[in-house]
Amino acid sequence: MNFQHTEDRRMLADSLNRFIAEQYAFDARDGIARSAQGYSRDMWLRFCELGIIGAFFDEAAGGFGGDGFDVSVVFEALGRGLVVEPFLDALIVGRALALAGNDTQRGIIAKMIDGSTLAAFAHDEPGSHYERARVGTRATRRGDGWVLNGAKGVVQQGEHADVLLVSARTSGGDHDEAGISLFVVPRDAGGVDVRGYRKIDGGRAAEVSLDDVALEADALVGIEGDGYAVLTHVIGYGLVALASEAVGAMDVAKEHTLEYLRTRKQFGVPIGAFQALQHRMADVLVDIEQARSAAINAAATVGESGVARERALSAAKYSIGRIGARVAEESIQMHGGIGMTWELPLAHYAKRLVMIDHQLGDEDHHLARYIELGRAPVA
Amino acid sequence: MDLKFTAAEEAFRADVLKFLRTSLPDEIAQKVHTGRRLTRDDMAQWHGILNAQGWLANHWPKEYGGPGWTAVQKFIFENECAIAGAPRVVPFGVNMLGPVLIKYGSEAQKRHWLPRILDGSDWWCQGYSEPGAGSDLASVRTTAARAMENGEEYYRVNGQKTWTTLAHYANMIFCLVRTSQDARKQEGISFLLIDMNTPGVEVRPIITLDGEHEVNEVFFTDVRVPVANLVGEENKGWTYAKYLLTYERTNIAGVGFSVAALGRLKEAASRLQSNGRALTDDPLFAARLARVEIDLENMKTTNLRVLAAVAGGGAPGAESSMLKIRGTEIRQEISSLMRRAMGPYAQQFIEEDSDDEASTAAAQYFNNRKLSIFGGSNEIQKNIIAKMMLGL
Repeated sequence: MNFQHTEDRRMLADSLNRFIAEQYAFDARDGIARSAQGYSRDMWLRFCELGIIGAFFDEAAGGFGGDGFDVSVVFEALGRGLVVEPFLDALIVGRALALAGNDTQRGIIAKMIDGSTLAAFAHDEPGSHYERARVGTRATRRGDGWVLNGAKGVVQQGEHADVLLVSARTSGGDHDEAGISLFVVPRDAGGVDVRGYRKIDGGRAAEVSLDDVALEADALVGIEGDGYAVLTHVIGYGLVALASEAVGAMDVAKEHTLEYLRTRKQFGVPIGAFQALQHRMADVLVDIEQARSAAINAAATVGESGVARERALSAAKYSIGRIGARVAEESIQMHGGIGMTWELPLAHYAKRLVMIDHQLGDEDHHLARYIELGRAPVA
Repeated sequence: MDLKFTAAEEAFRADVLKFLRTSLPDEIAQKVHTGRRLTRDDMAQWHGILNAQGWLANHWPKEYGGPGWTAVQKFIFENECAIAGAPRVVPFGVNMLGPVLIKYGSEAQKRHWLPRILDGSDWWCQGYSEPGAGSDLASVRTTAARAMENGEEYYRVNGQKTWTTLAHYANMIFCLVRTSQDARKQEGISFLLIDMNTPGVEVRPIITLDGEHEVNEVFFTDVRVPVANLVGEENKGWTYAKYLLTYERTNIAGVGFSVAALGRLKEAASRLQSNGRALTDDPLFAARLARVEIDLENMKTTNLRVLAAVAGGGAPGAESSMLKIRGTEIRQEISSLMRRAMGPYAQQFIEEDSDDEASTAAAQYFNNRKLSIFGGSNEIQKNIIAKMMLGL
């Protein structure tokens, strides 16, 4: 039993934290997050120079990490910095290509690691509401290749991605796990239309419509109809990432709120002297430590496969969703009126914490999934 | 980062499990599992079995008869005991007084009292709380005044203790008493060992809301206590009292108890029906069950993290407050769900000893309200967190 990260991971986290502190302080971040682009290509390249994305992959895929804890140390630091650049999509798309991609597709990973290719995960659809198997987008064969038709929703940085990893149905009904296939789609392919918008927690996302998008045969990732297993594998890493990002953001929200409790005076004393607030803060602290444990449990099991892994992942995302919103709400409350303002960094941590619950399945979704997995016969 | 126990720790766990299989009497384990009353003899029997194995005083240093376990080993032992249905070792002598005597007692006191704790010659109870001193423990008013008679110096003790667990079985009580009225209230307290058979000591039962007799009031009227029974220095008792309260609290979350109780709850919920389906298939019940199960899974890791920090040389200060708060909330939620699972039959109140889960569920639920009150109420624990961990 050992809860220390390895020397390598500590060094990676240190250099990332230092870079964020020096280059990505709140004003810089706010400027990027509300910019027309919704992210900074320059900043993205500088993050990539640090080798961050290489931590997501093992050596066979061209990286230097790939373990659940490699993912978690990076995302915890990104959470501390409220980084809006699309690391989550790099992780999910890259892991899918590493797991199931052909040689050409695996070649994309190197360009993702050096920052020259930006990838987006285009899986959710309007109306799918976290249901992982719900894929209405269709892919049909035409000659040697494929034609895609459908719509994808809330694709992170969809306007700026060079390639999209699109889930599309090659057989079965809209809710079937079987029959889902994955495709690599260049964003500039004919028939791809992208409509972007701002996100409440900074950065941008997009609705993507696919209208007779013609693809070569080798655009298919892995085996036709077997995409669901790949999705389960890679979304697992995405859940570890979001849980760890949330822990990083919670730690900062706690630090800011504590600082406020110590310095803000009312009735002639720091408000942290009031027991009503002390107890709220103590509850927040206990909750955050439980969330940290949940994230550790998830990172420790994500490299496995089966029901225990999926339950640990859903337990973590449920915990993070519930606790993240609580930390956000309590932090705003304890700040009082100033907590309602855009100028206060804390407010942006609160927004990010709540919005993490809206990615890859919320608290209710994962609680239900956890229960369902508990009923499944033991394999 | 590695959440697994080492091979040596797993081997230790196997030893513990083997010991429990061969040495924990079935009848006692059954009683614990079904929430039935344990007799004095049940408790004394388990105490004796552990002592014979050399595992009773597992928090004590080796030279005083401890097994020399690491914090992780103690954690594994306590958890496996709880899961197997072993009774909780009555903690007052072994876990509370023992460490205080080892740290602050005289050589004579150690030689005399420690072996008697181990072999069960003395049954200790704890004289801390008073009617006016609960969470505000430093407000104790029971007095101990020095007096002389026939050239022999003694303390004359007057006052009242309350919530004294199992005082009706005990022959000895360790007490916080006021020996000085002058100083700050923490500075006039002394730590005194009192023979319950001394004239002037009276024990009266307090019946708790579940009908149980677990706790008592203890009255002291002109009780003569030899000065040799003072532990450490006069008026320094508060230091010893605090040491006792923070000693070895890394298992305060009671994870093993919760694991055992959750197992029983899940078994009952999959058997009991509502609306033509098992309770585990009722969406609202299943959601509450899943929530507490996840909380417990998280708590296991939180507890191990605190343990690892302690093993690495850190002190389990306010972290134990964190474990206490959430650990007791989890235990209370599990017993609340057990009560709900019994439906209308939870209303039964069967005063005689019963192994019917429906008739014990509500009583246990009410009994478990104590968890967030005793050992420093959860509100006190939050005060400690605010002060020690948050710097407020």
